[in-house]
Amino acid sequence: MLTLYARRRLINAIGLGISALAMLFGLIWLSWILWTLLANGLPQLSMAVLTQMTPPPNSAGGLLNAIAGSLMMTFLAALIGTPIGILAGTYLAEFGQRGWLAPTTRFINDVLLSAPSIVIGLFIYEMYVIKIGHFSGWAGALALSILVIPIVIRTTENMLRLVPNTLREAAAALGAPQWKVINLVTLRAARAGIITGVLLAVARISGETAPLLFTSLNNQFWSSDMNQPMANLPVVIFQFAMSPYQDWQSLAWAGALLITFSVLSLNIMARVLFRQKSTTY
Amino acid sequence: MPTFLREVHMKRHNLLDILFRNITRLSAFAVLVLLVAIMVSLIIGSLPSIKAFGFRFLASAEWNPVTDEFGALVPIVGTLVTSAIALLIAIPVSFGIALFLTELSPRWLRRPLGIAIELLAGIPSIIYGMWGLFVFAPLFADHVQPWLIEKLGPLPMLGPLFQGIPMGIGVFTAGIILAIMVIPFIASVMRDVFEVVPTLLKESAYGLGATTWEVMWHVVLPYTKIGVAGGIMLGLGRALGETMAVTFVIGNAHELSASLLMPGNSISSALANEFNEAVGKLYTSALVELGLILFLITFIVLSLARYMLYMLTKREGSTT
Repeated sequence: MLTLYARRRLINAIGLGISALAMLFGLIWLSWILWTLLANGLPQLSMAVLTQMTPPPNSAGGLLNAIAGSLMMTFLAALIGTPIGILAGTYLAEFGQRGWLAPTTRFINDVLLSAPSIVIGLFIYEMYVIKIGHFSGWAGALALSILVIPIVIRTTENMLRLVPNTLREAAAALGAPQWKVINLVTLRAARAGIITGVLLAVARISGETAPLLFTSLNNQFWSSDMNQPMANLPVVIFQFAMSPYQDWQSLAWAGALLITFSVLSLNIMARVLFRQKSTTY
Repeated sequence: MPTFLREVHMKRHNLLDILFRNITRLSAFAVLVLLVAIMVSLIIGSLPSIKAFGFRFLASAEWNPVTDEFGALVPIVGTLVTSAIALLIAIPVSFGIALFLTELSPRWLRRPLGIAIELLAGIPSIIYGMWGLFVFAPLFADHVQPWLIEKLGPLPMLGPLFQGIPMGIGVFTAGIILAIMVIPFIASVMRDVFEVVPTLLKESAYGLGATTWEVMWHVVLPYTKIGVAGGIMLGLGRALGETMAVTFVIGNAHELSASLLMPGNSISSALANEFNEAVGKLYTSALVELGLILFLITFIVLSLARYMLYMLTKREGSTT
């Protein structure tokens, strides 16, 4: 029979031990996945991957058109989504004290932040792809931009709220009108944080596959025409990994390695750039 | 400056102020428009299917493109079951991780460990899918599933859940991979809400001689339960909508099976696999209706999650 004290100590030790194991459990998956990527992807990486087009089955090739397509769509999505996100985030932080719009928008935005991305793809399909009658790079960029907006709104609002009010008051006391205060003082003070938000958004969308399936689809050839179906890394990886062809699967691993490490380095870069904790879950 | 010039100046700035405020307001409004547009376009897209099947759609397990007979039961059940498995695994693990990060870890290790867990959330879902299909599923089929079938299969209540042949892919595998994907989300919400607990409260408990575990269990957790529940709901929202990882490993079979080891289907993977190949208005429309159902379920879950998290911050604001 244990004394009460000993039993409490024992429960404590067990609980804390399990907690440490849980931490280890999380880290094991991370390292296992990264190791798998390195082991399978590194041998496949070569100049050909970066310089040649996606091949037909059973022949050599690369991922150039997919990489280019991904870059173009990601860039355009960020270009469309960022201004809207920053403006809306500014509204929430600077003008959102009164009225119904700000609380409602904040709530809806937080919900959209983790809404299923495949539904966004479906939405663009219904709204855009059906209207123009074919898949296109623009549709893909639009779908991705809808994923960018909530992330940028959330970080912009958070970062603007960190700017001390005395800064706004000082600018106002000098006679600056509000638009000048916000544009030249507050937004500028929160710049690093807002850039972090954009980087995190880019990191998020560059790995997204689901919203591109029904929008930009895929293209086996080089195309820089945003009005045509466009190759992109995630969908190519999906198609190649699920295929029975050895060459395609090897290329899929190379692509997976590329995409993961660019996403993770963007994530780390965002965190280094802005060391304060930013919540984007 | 002469008076009239100053007035022109003021007027210009007033105008710019109003302009700027309204541009930002318009952008904020755009978010609401976006939500409404998503809802409306999905409803319009699924009208043919709603008209054809009505509520039968939700209860029927039929999915036959040849006879144009569609029911959403299999994917809905698949989505719910995989998410439930994911939460069963992810909740205790996330709690452990959050506890470790807030109470146990040495200070210098907190940041790197926190970042490592957040990187787990940064890995694209397609990578989880590939890893699940090519690395995890074969190992699972060789080493874990035979054991599950042998040991748990004959049990009276649990038995039917663990019968079949060890294939690696299936509902259970999908649930496990989903668990790994939602752990970082739940863990980081839990860590954040644990950090808002006033130090005074914790120190009082320690002062009375409570152990770390007791402080966690009897002080921190009751204080933060709304936030913890919010974090769990947030993870659930993620799990419900997750597409690519599930598509790789769930097996994509439109069959209702009691066993968790058999292949199944989820809403999102049915969409990912079939939408582009769907021919015929009714087939497409049925898939859009699946998307609508998914959106509604996740919307409700995520709204609850956000509401709970707001409640916590509100209370925190009133007590400090």
